[in-house]
Parts: sequence; structure tokens; C-alpha cells
Amino acid sequence: MTDMTEGYTTADGRRIGPVLMDLRNITLRFGGVEAIKNISFDIREGEIRAIIGPNGAGKSSMLNVISGFYHPQEGEVWFRGRKRPPMKPYEVARQGIARTFQNIALFEGMSVLDNIMTGRLTLMKTGMLSQAVWWGRAQREEVAHREKVERIIDFLEIQSIRKTPVGRLPYGLKKRVELARALAAEPKLLLLDEPMAGMNVEEKEDMCRFILDVNDEFGTTIALIEHDMGVVMDLSDRVVVMDYGKKIGDGTPDEIRNNQDVIDAYLGVSHD
Amino acid sequence: MAEQTRPEDLQSIPALLERNARRWGALPAYREKEFGIWQSWTWAETADEVRALALGLLVLGVERGDRVAIIGRNRPAMYWSMVAAQMCGAIPVPLYQDAVAEEMAYVLDHCGARFVVAGDQEQVDKVLEIQDRVKGIRHIAYLDGRGMRKYDHTHMTSLADIAREGRAAETRLGEELDRRKAELTFDHTCVMLYTSGTTGKPKGVVLSNRNIIVTSKNSAEFDHLTHNEEILAYLPMAWVGDFIFSVGQAYWTGFTVNCPESPATMMSDLREIGPTYFFAPPRIFETVLTNVMIRMEDAGRIKKWLFDHFMEVARRVGPAILDGRPVGLGDRLRYALGDILIYGPLKNTLGFSRIRVGYTAGEAIGPEIFDFYRSLGINLKQLYGQTEASVFITQQPDGQVRSDTVGVPSPGVEIRIAENGEVFYRSPGVFVEYYKNPESTASTKDAEGWVATGDAGFFDPETGQLRIIDRAKDVGKMADGSLFAPKYVENKLKFYPNILEAVVFGAGRDRCCAFINIDLTAVGNWAERNNIAYSSYQELSQHPKVGDMIQAHVEEVNRALAADPMLSGCQIHRFLVLHKELDADDGEMTRTRKVRRRIVEQKYADLIDALYGGKDSVHTETEVTYEDGRKGKISATLTIRDAAVVPVSTKAAAE
Repeated sequence: MTDMTEGYTTADGRRIGPVLMDLRNITLRFGGVEAIKNISFDIREGEIRAIIGPNGAGKSSMLNVISGFYHPQEGEVWFRGRKRPPMKPYEVARQGIARTFQNIALFEGMSVLDNIMTGRLTLMKTGMLSQAVWWGRAQREEVAHREKVERIIDFLEIQSIRKTPVGRLPYGLKKRVELARALAAEPKLLLLDEPMAGMNVEEKEDMCRFILDVNDEFGTTIALIEHDMGVVMDLSDRVVVMDYGKKIGDGTPDEIRNNQDVIDAYLGVSHD
Repeated sequence: MAEQTRPEDLQSIPALLERNARRWGALPAYREKEFGIWQSWTWAETADEVRALALGLLVLGVERGDRVAIIGRNRPAMYWSMVAAQMCGAIPVPLYQDAVAEEMAYVLDHCGARFVVAGDQEQVDKVLEIQDRVKGIRHIAYLDGRGMRKYDHTHMTSLADIAREGRAAETRLGEELDRRKAELTFDHTCVMLYTSGTTGKPKGVVLSNRNIIVTSKNSAEFDHLTHNEEILAYLPMAWVGDFIFSVGQAYWTGFTVNCPESPATMMSDLREIGPTYFFAPPRIFETVLTNVMIRMEDAGRIKKWLFDHFMEVARRVGPAILDGRPVGLGDRLRYALGDILIYGPLKNTLGFSRIRVGYTAGEAIGPEIFDFYRSLGINLKQLYGQTEASVFITQQPDGQVRSDTVGVPSPGVEIRIAENGEVFYRSPGVFVEYYKNPESTASTKDAEGWVATGDAGFFDPETGQLRIIDRAKDVGKMADGSLFAPKYVENKLKFYPNILEAVVFGAGRDRCCAFINIDLTAVGNWAERNNIAYSSYQELSQHPKVGDMIQAHVEEVNRALAADPMLSGCQIHRFLVLHKELDADDGEMTRTRKVRRRIVEQKYADLIDALYGGKDSVHTETEVTYEDGRKGKISATLTIRDAAVVPVSTKAAAE
């Protein structure tokens, strides 16, 4: 693998920076089950990093470790050069990590706009009382937040559903709204849990374009889990492959394509 | 606000812009919804923006007579680019933004475009894709730079940068720009518009400043348009109508052009703006009506009753009230109540509350649809026009509106009907020429300036208004010599909400047969309400119950045709419902959604054979083109049905 202490330049000329998140020897157990077994890898600034693997490989658990939802029994999580103590998910969110969910988790009865506004909650400074009165500073703050949200709405081309309740939207659009909400938090690191699951080809192409554009325009670092191998190989700069909680590969899409362990895992060679 | 400009000075769009900035400097010229808010620019600000862009184009080396292609959706900066190009002495050539790269290559190459102004990455990508074949392109400007940060910018600039560089060059190039602007006369080319053409390659229609400005002036005066009008610019910029409404008339009368936030938000933007002057092709009015009817089907019983009751009142007296004819006091009161309870709120929901002048054209509109809007008190009228005429040939005056005519000659237009029924016209709006195509110019426009429309029609003796029957070349004879007017029959079929498109065959044959396209919105909703399950358009189209429904429509049309002695031979004997929608990407329709009859005939020759061969069903395989240009195949087995025809009395006697 290439030496990457100081970052690297991708094939299409993007500059990838130093390590943003470093996962060191992570082990996660649920009772007697080891979901993640001593895994280490890093995510660099500006990178699109994919985590792939067969069903039950521990990918979602890994994402939950990164987002602070699970606390690993062993190992350390380093974020922006500092070791992260165990913290609540909302504290992690304040640190600049936002995510989307495999099974969409939006407020179905609320409008698209309001759903995206909730993504900015952690950035709001005025208290609940002054927001309820909605005068002076709270009002100015909401206007400023609304402007940011409108830019995201424009960016993801969802102007026509701005006022539509989320519950009435088709699946592909809900996924896009979820991405919008995650973006509204202005994350340093964006986690996407199967962003293309259940989409048709056209929706997948749209979503790919948005992910690339987000990375390009906002410089957001992205870590994603995805099943569609074509999508993963096209999108990501580096790929981690997991199988039965273990890391069996880590490298550029080309390196992963030629990795015998990965080929075996995907073709279903028996595990002794 | 004294008028200092003499009319003879107003010989170009840039000159009109200058006048407007002086006269209405603080009034809004453009609005666009962006980031959820309507942003607006006054005429003075517009003049400033256009000047900056024009100077920027000079910096880039735009010469007099250069063609500048404009590709993108309706946005203020795209309109400004057109006027900025004119200011430099260049000629704007707007292109259809949904054209695939191949079609674009032809037009860019044919017009010899040296500069391209593209709306966004999608359009830039298409231009880059064909750039190795279209040699003339020197520079690409774009409006929305998203996704293009890493593109090679040696021959590419954002419009914002062009304007910035232009402002910086004011002292250096300002005089040159003023000189070029002052040179423009009525005889300079204002714009080149490519007609989509139902046959052959698109033709570049050259329209002079005289064509555009005189036509705009005449038509604006015909409808008493003022600088207070509001319009919504949402139709393709490459279409002559948009150029006349959003540029010609807008600059002549100084009214406000509103650009929607995105194509998908058009209906809600329409509601927010509430235009006073509105144009839409029949298809849009049909869609809106279909949506209203679908919503009413789902409404509660009381609401439904109120709606049905007052719509009945409106149908009876609405058009008469609109035309100012005498109506009894009781009906007037009933209509006023209906206006408070139903018509007013409905018009408000649709965004039609403030319409003073509404037009529809391009295709025939169903009488029920037309009357629906008129009965609500919306002054919807028809006009008849062509790119070659700078739109206006005939228009309906207020108070003399009929659904089956297209109006009286527009001011300054002369009309004559040839022996074979073809309509000819002569007007100040008549185009200069087809670009680089003298043969077509000569065959369309004669030495005296008369232009053949290609449409067959006649003046209605009762109203004195023009009535169009069909395309002159499509009007043919059947084997027994009776008149064959396919479009007339197709329009009758298309008036049913369930039928999106129809193609009728029969020229030189003993009887007529037809292809039908169902309307997925209407038929889909009907299927839902009747618990009919389907998984695809194809499956729904071949459902026996859908067949029954379409058959009923066809037979109704046959009965109506039988009543007309001239067209009774056009009754449809057999038909089938197509398994795919006819589509512009497959070349079956033009970009303005007119059926390309010859291509459909060739492509579906097997289906036509089956129709005339007496088979009950036919298996077929069809090539389809996806939006990104890839091709695929779909296969289907189509059912062919026989429709009952009404025997015509004279012939029945002979048999």
C-alpha cells in the first residue's frame, strides 16, 4: 500500500489531507458475540471511505462505533488528533459527525423543510424560551439557519417538496431528505449507512452525483457502507473490507478488486 | 417621466432596455425564486447586469455577427446573456435544453456557434462531449458552476466572472460597446431560432429586430398589455413564443418576467406570482384540469356536490358573462355566489386569479377544457402562430372567443387561402430566411413575402375567424376518394383525458386505423379507484378493461365523425393501445411534442400491417432510447380491437 502519512492525491487530482479519524484496535462485543474483532483503520480529510462486506460482517456496528452510539470494549477512537472519551451520540454530533440511517429515520409528519432544520439544532445558540417567543436574536438566528438550509435544498434539488410532509414522499426522495438533514449539521465527517439501498438505477445515479458533489463542494469527509459493489468502486477513494467482524482488506478500489481474501469472502469460500 | 426617445431609435432590444431603465428604472424587470425567496431586479439593475455581461463578452473577443448559443432553463441571467450578445452585435441562438448531445451537435455546427452560454453542468457536459466534432466553439460560459470546479477552465468561465471582468473593462471597452449598440437597426438579426420540425433536420429561422419589435408592439397593443403585467417564463427558451413573450413583449411594454425556482416547482411558483398574462400549450391546461378532477373525485360529499352544482351554473352562464353578453339577474347572483364559494378559491389555488389575458396555441384544445376555464371567468383565448411569423398570425379578440377557431388576423397580418385550402400569410413579422438554406426559404416564402403555413384551413363564415383543419400535407384522400384529415380525428380522440396521444392511419387505404397512447395519470387514477392492479405502463396499457374504455371513446368519436359529411370516412375501424409512450428521445415526436407521422409509420410498420391484416393480436419488439442516450429493447404482445362504425347514409344506400 502507498505510504500516506501526509495524505495523498487521488487519480482525479483531489488532494486528500491528514488523518481525520483513527480507529485503533477496536473490539466490540454483545455478550459473548464479537461483532468487531480488533479492527484498525483511518479516515482522512476530504476522503470518500467505504466499508463493505457480506451480511453480518459488522459494518453497521462499525459505523455505530464511529458515530458514538456503541462504545467498544477495547480500542481507541481518535478524532481530529484527540482521543475520544466515551460520549453520548449528541455530543459526538456536536463534534462534527452526522449520519444517515439504513432504515430512514425522519419525522414523517413534519415537512421536508422542518426535518432539515432539525439538523441544525446542535448549531443553534438561543434557548428554547427565546425561540418560542421568536423575537430579536432568536428570529435573526432562525433566518440565518434557514438560509443555510435553503442552500442545501437547492443543492440537493428538492425545492419542489420543501413544504411536503415527509410521510408522503417516495423512498428515494426520503433518502435525499435524510442526506439533507445530515448536511445541515455542517459535519466534518458524514456517515452514510447504505445510501443506495432499495433504489432504482436512476435514483442511484442521482445519489452518487450528490455524494460526489457534497465531497467536492463542501469538502466533507464521507464514510459510507454500501452493498452495491459497482457504486462503491466508482465512488470511494479507499475501501475497508470486513468479514465476520474481521478486517480482511484495506486499500484503493483496484487493490481491493485483486485481493484474494476479499474475492474468497464474496465468492463464499468456507471458513475453517 | 417624459419620453425622450424617438420611436425610430428603438430598433433593437438593447435600445429598448435602455429606454426601460430610464422610464421604469425602479420597477421590477425580472424575478426569480432562489433559496425559497423571490429575488428581483429592477430595469435599472437589469441594464447594469446586461452591460457588465456585454463588456465581459467583448473581453472574451465576441465579434459582430458571432453566434452565441444559449442552453438552459429560464433564468434571468440566461435572458441577460441573450441581450448582452445582441449589444455586442452578436446573434443569440437559444437551444432546447432537453436535446440530447447529438441533436445539439447539429444545431451548434449548423449555426457556427463560437460561444456557448450553458445553464449548468449537465449542459456543459453535453457541449464538451460534442466539442471535438463542432469545431467553431471557442469559449463556454456557465451560470451554475456546481460540480465543475475541477473542469479545465482554459476555455470556460462562469457568467459571474464574465460580468466581473466586464465591469473592470468599462473604461477600456465602454466606448466600443456603445458604438456597437448604436449600430443596431431594424434590419439586424435579433435572434435565430431552430424549429424542431416534424420532418427532417431542424431549420434556423432568422428573425430581424423589425420582425420581433414590430410584432411585439402590434400584439401588445391588441391585448392592451401594460408595464404592470406579470408573466411566468417557464416554456423552453428555444421556442419562439418564449422569445416573444419574455423578451419581445416584455422589453416593448416593460412588464415583469418571473422565473420559476425549478421546473418541478412551476405550479406552486405560478400560484405565488399569479400572472396577469399567461400562455400555456393545451397540454398544461389539460393536466391542470385532470388534476382538479382527480382531487374532486376524492373530495367529501358536500364539497363534491357544491363543486358539481356551481360548475353547472358556470358552464351555463360563465362564458356569456365573460363575453359581456346579457345574462338574467338570477343567474348573475348564482354565479356571484359560485365565485365566492368555488371559482374564486379554485382560481386562487391554480394561480389563475389575476389572469387578464390567457392564451393557448400549438395544438387544438378540447372544447370542454377550453370552456371549463372560460366558465370560471378566466379570459383564455386562442392564437395561431409560427416561428416564421414571429408567432402571431391570428388572435381572438376579447369577447369573441370560440373553441374551434383561432381568431382574426393579428394587426398588420394579411391572410389568403390557396386553392387547396392551405393558409398563406404576409406580415411585418415574416422571417428573413432559413439560415444557410436558400432552397427551403424559397419554397416557404415567395418573392412577395407570402409564407406558406403548411396548414389547411378556412374562414368560418359565421364568425369571420380562421379555422384550422389539419396539416396541409397530412390532409389526404382515402382509397374511395373521401377526405382524410388525421389530425382532426386525433385531436377529437385526445380530448378524452384517458388518451394522451393518438396516431390515425388511412391515407390511400380503404379504412382508418389508429394507435392510442393512454394517459398514465388519468388511467392510473382510474385503475386505482377500480382496484385494477398493474405493475407497469405496458401492463396497464394492455389491460382488457382499459381496452374497453378506450373502445368506448373511439366509438363515440366515430359517431361524432359520422355527423360530419366531409369527414365521415375517417371513422376508426380498428385500433390498438401502444405499449410505450411516444417520445421525443426516440425521435417519434418533436421536442414540442408533435407526432412525427412518417417516423412512427416506419418504426411500427409491423403493427400497421397487423391492423390492416385483420389479426387479433401482434407481438412486437421496440427499440427505446433512455434519457442518457443509451438504447434498450422492450417487447410486448398487443391486442387489436375492432370499433363499431356508423354507416354513412349516402354510402349505405349505394352498397
